[in-house]
Amino acid sequence: MKVGLFVPCYVDMFHPETGIATLELLERFGLSVEYPVDQTCCGQPMTNTGCEREAARTEELFVRNFEKYDYIVTPSGSCTNQVRNNMTAIEQSDAVKHVRGRTYELVEFLHDVLKVDAFPWAEFPHRVALHNNCNTLRNLRIASMTERREEPFSKPKALLKMVRGIEFADLTRPDECCGFGGTFSVFEEGVSAKMGQDKVTDQLKSGAEYVTSSDSSCMMHQEGCARRMGANLKYIHIAQILNGARA
Amino acid sequence: MTAELHEELTDPHADQLDHGAASSRPLKSRISEPQPRGAKIHGNRPVDQSEAANRFMAATEHEAMHDARLWDLRQKRDKEMHGIEEWEELRNLASGIKEHTLSKLDYYLELFEKNATANGIKVHWAKDGAEHNAIVLEILRSKGVERLIKSKSMLTEECGFREFMAENNVEVIETDLGERIQQLDDEAPSHVVVPAVHKLRTDVASVFAKTIGSDPDNADAHYLTECQREATRPLILSAQAGMTGGNFVVAETGTFVVCTNEGNADLSANTPPLHIASIGIEKLIPGLDDLPVFIRLLSRSALGSPITQYTSHFRGPREGGEMHVVLVDNGRSARLGMEKFWPGLKCIRCGACMNTCPVFRRSGGLSYGATYAGPIGLIIDPTFNVHKYRNLPYSSTMNGSCTNVCPVKINIHEQIADWRKTLAGEGEISPVKKVMMKAAGEVLASPVVYRASLPLGRSALRHLPHFMLYNKLNTWGRKRDIPETPKQTFNEWYRKNRKQQDEGKKS
Repeated sequence: MKVGLFVPCYVDMFHPETGIATLELLERFGLSVEYPVDQTCCGQPMTNTGCEREAARTEELFVRNFEKYDYIVTPSGSCTNQVRNNMTAIEQSDAVKHVRGRTYELVEFLHDVLKVDAFPWAEFPHRVALHNNCNTLRNLRIASMTERREEPFSKPKALLKMVRGIEFADLTRPDECCGFGGTFSVFEEGVSAKMGQDKVTDQLKSGAEYVTSSDSSCMMHQEGCARRMGANLKYIHIAQILNGARA
Repeated sequence: MTAELHEELTDPHADQLDHGAASSRPLKSRISEPQPRGAKIHGNRPVDQSEAANRFMAATEHEAMHDARLWDLRQKRDKEMHGIEEWEELRNLASGIKEHTLSKLDYYLELFEKNATANGIKVHWAKDGAEHNAIVLEILRSKGVERLIKSKSMLTEECGFREFMAENNVEVIETDLGERIQQLDDEAPSHVVVPAVHKLRTDVASVFAKTIGSDPDNADAHYLTECQREATRPLILSAQAGMTGGNFVVAETGTFVVCTNEGNADLSANTPPLHIASIGIEKLIPGLDDLPVFIRLLSRSALGSPITQYTSHFRGPREGGEMHVVLVDNGRSARLGMEKFWPGLKCIRCGACMNTCPVFRRSGGLSYGATYAGPIGLIIDPTFNVHKYRNLPYSSTMNGSCTNVCPVKINIHEQIADWRKTLAGEGEISPVKKVMMKAAGEVLASPVVYRASLPLGRSALRHLPHFMLYNKLNTWGRKRDIPETPKQTFNEWYRKNRKQQDEGKKS
């Protein structure tokens, strides 16, 4: 199984440790993982804003970079959603269809494809609040959502439960959007920041020491709000916890 | 004396009854925060929702109350949902019935007309708001009506009905308390179900003090309600005509159904001898057997109560009276022909999407500057005026909560994304977005340009990459810290630590 690693632009720039943890974690399961160095972005900022035509060349580049892999794995559900469900600016060739069908968010790849049942190296004796990105939650269906009447499930929680010492902190509004919303965070800054502050307040109330998520983008926004508020909360990508980060 | 009072009224600690407490949270101080007003409307210029939202959030007491109140409705809705094992199946059924009806709308409309006429109802057809208003005015004039009592109807908001009636010297009295508050304050409803939810009790006290002469310092919900009842009942009792909307129109029986919690539609319909119902053509359902599906979903989704207090079926005029139904298109036929946006016509106006929307809860419904606010508004309003409402589809994080609470399964968040594409395709996009996305598209399409655009000398220059900063409003840092940029990007780390291994593997 040949795996191509997609490291989204935010992760590449601001959270290389998340990319490294994702790579190392996949390698722990004996996979051959490559990172095509000419990758940039999935095209989401443009598509999200409605500018599909402006996204076309970025999408073409993405497909060129990743068409040779059996699976494309990325530590971002939001980008996965873009590739899988919204990469429609370009002609849907076999290569495009292959890439779109084979792109997985890290947690669902570990849970659904590799069916991982243990992380013997992982220990995280901390109180952790889990944040699910909205695309990851409601479009990729990584967990049950409070809006629907369905059997509760959570793929990230199922994985985290295999980590020694971890304790979960419950939020009062677990599925409430944190207000990042991609370009929403800059175009609609006021509401975005308020939603972020409310999310951080909820996290503080839960008694969490750490917040974890399979999406760096939401956490970058939340962390920005938390720092400005002087909130004592730490943000860590789920890939790092599962890879055995010790805080 | 006290022995004659209800025991709750004699409890010195109970200054309010339970239902009063639920609908208006006690205020800490008597110094009231001024009510933030809605979006500024400048003719046909695009509405700036975020500007109005920022003013709403700056009124912190209002924002906190609004968010808490609507979130409470969402939680009550969740509780009701969990009590119904077949909830998701009901949603599927409701969606299916609506889709079926919409796909044969002409047939069902004519069937309704035939059956309603047989029941003694006079059926009128209005292609738009102006025609609707003219039809109603003609009916009222033929009967010499000077005062009309009316229950809440979003359709009449679409038609600018109250303003039109005022110009034509017909006094309109709203019988829904929230809507009456909004009427007295000369404000549009901010929510399809709870029209004055953005107001604090102190706001209501100040409106009533100015308009019906209540004590401006008394913001007790019961006092205010009583004052309104005293002021309005005589007007209601002496009105010569009543108007309602219609939640569901049943084709096979030629009847229609109105759901309220205050019984105010019944007041409007039954007090005067003349009843006019203004109804959008999308409200049709085939038969009475279909109705329970919607009745079970409507109030649970809207308010988290199992059923509305009143579910009234109207079948025909009472003896000596008249009943008219005005079926209004006002853009609905055109919407039905829109490939991506027709499912918006399934909407039963429960407001669940507003209650769950994190943007709506923090912005207030009037910030949208349109008849329909919140998620459903974002996908309906541009069909009325694409230029004026072109910014609205951006007032969303596209989190998808709306789609999943919707009792008729409208794919709201997908339509929001589709609207953005449609608007950008038609050139109805703000220049700053257009320029920024063109730049981003150029940069991200080329690995070389992209790498060159990343913040250089990262330890010194801590900012977002240039393509995110391509505008004067570098808004990220106003209320958020900018992330620290690490010593090296992942890409650099990989090239340094792994690239050679990869190449080794290949050779």
